[in-house]
Amino acid sequence: MPGKGKLSDRPDFHIIGELVEAGSRVLDLGCGEGEFLAWLVANKGVVARGVEISAAKVRKAITRGVSAYQGDLDEGLADYPDQAFDYVILSQTLQETKAPLHVLREMLRVGRRAIVSFPNFGHWSVRRAMLFTGQAPKTELFPYDWYNSPNIHFLSINDFESLCRETPFPISKRYFLSGSRRVTVAPNLMAQTAVFLLG
Amino acid sequence: MVVETRSAQFDSISLDSGATLSPVEIAYETYGHLNDAKSNAILITHAFTGDAHAAGISHETGKPGWWDNMIGPGKAFDTDRYFVICSNVLGGCQGTTGPGAKNPATGRPYAMSFPVITIRDMARLQRMLVQSLGIERLLSVAGGSMGGMQALEWATSYPEMVLSVIPIATTWRHSAQQIAFNEVGRQAIMADPDWSEGNYYDSGKLPGRGLSIARMVGHITYMSDESMREKFGRRLREKEKFGFDFGVDFEIESYLRYRGNQFVSRFDANSYLYITKAEDYFDLTNGTGRLADAFRDVGTRFLVISFTSDWLYPSYQSQEIVRVLRRMNGDVAYCDLQSNYGHDAFLVDIAEQTEIVRGFLESTARTALTASPKGVR
Repeated sequence: MPGKGKLSDRPDFHIIGELVEAGSRVLDLGCGEGEFLAWLVANKGVVARGVEISAAKVRKAITRGVSAYQGDLDEGLADYPDQAFDYVILSQTLQETKAPLHVLREMLRVGRRAIVSFPNFGHWSVRRAMLFTGQAPKTELFPYDWYNSPNIHFLSINDFESLCRETPFPISKRYFLSGSRRVTVAPNLMAQTAVFLLG
Repeated sequence: MVVETRSAQFDSISLDSGATLSPVEIAYETYGHLNDAKSNAILITHAFTGDAHAAGISHETGKPGWWDNMIGPGKAFDTDRYFVICSNVLGGCQGTTGPGAKNPATGRPYAMSFPVITIRDMARLQRMLVQSLGIERLLSVAGGSMGGMQALEWATSYPEMVLSVIPIATTWRHSAQQIAFNEVGRQAIMADPDWSEGNYYDSGKLPGRGLSIARMVGHITYMSDESMREKFGRRLREKEKFGFDFGVDFEIESYLRYRGNQFVSRFDANSYLYITKAEDYFDLTNGTGRLADAFRDVGTRFLVISFTSDWLYPSYQSQEIVRVLRRMNGDVAYCDLQSNYGHDAFLVDIAEQTEIVRGFLESTARTALTASPKGVR
């Protein structure tokens, strides 16, 4: 997973920040240190909740004033009533979840809409690394060795789109990014990051 | 910061048991300044044997308050920004009416004729104090252990009066194990012949043996296996080898005896009985077990804190509170802080606790400017 830095370091946050309507109820799954939620509260006046597994990060998030709690993502979602939120956000974390399909279903149960962003495993840099080294790809997008990577499910933009077709999950909007630049041509090859608005 | 304990009197208070106490007195201290809008007040609720002297240096005794590391200028409860109140609980023995107080009807101490009190009764008296200070709404009610129970009681009994609560290392109802330890303490006191059915105030002999044994048991439950091993291990007390008698061999024995004896000089045995009973009766759901009902109309923000090595008030008890609030989509922040200090952690292991309490209070103060009394939902 790319580091969850300041808002400016994470181009998908800019997209998500624009998607979220002012004053809405937002749940951020894997909220990290709560920077993004704090930004949404300050700039969009949202009612924010966060879930994060790491005690150290939850501490930072609470210190920031975010109502975050320490908990497992799957277990945490189960407790929420249907449609408790306007948006449930899963930013750069889908590839780390044990049961991605279950998480996506739960997101659309507890939220009116789901916003999912993930690093694109179909990006040319990943394909090239695999082709030339014959090893599990280690790139800017996926900087880990195979044995210490938090990523356990690798997916490309095409993978996600076909899952949404088959399940089905209604895709309302899609954004493809290379760095902070929008990608319009051959996104599955050219985009590093994808952002989908479901529901 | 030199502080003085003050006292407020009220004509009477009606109790959960149906009894009425009249009059009733409450000892309290305040730190910092109440702002003109009276919107920066925080009530600190103390644990079992605590008192009103939470912070600063006591004018009377020269001793620092029991949470002096958390309350003061620049600390978690920053007295440069907040007006902090702490009072001795109802049933206590450090200035608030309890079994050692004089019953105006007889001119003698209440002793065991004192009515049995509850955590809700404690909160009720605190509310009378807060209102008498002209405060309509508290920014927060915060406390650990039994103090956390009072904070939870405030949230459910007077939700319109609290913007946020910070229950730390606590539970929404006393468990069988918690009741069991309290009962051992009570039985130790009542088995002491000097207890005399509670009528020892004029005898000149306190039930010191019973009370100190009760306190020894308590101290064991406040520590963790690890913290005891680190602090005492199997070290012997001022000797190289076993004494082969029943004097003090180990450091831990010496420590417990010292703590027990010290306690006798500052705490009333009957207060021990009454306050532990209040803890044992504590159940936010009044026996239904349906915590969601208790939190139904509560718009208060919650910061729930537990500690990984606390086996007296284990983390799962805090997590039950958090889970129910989450199901109701309540505003709850929760962290299980890593500590080896056991239940004592909320008093001694305060670096991380300070960080999150400070941030939580700041954001609560920010929302206070915009939120309705019901908070966000």
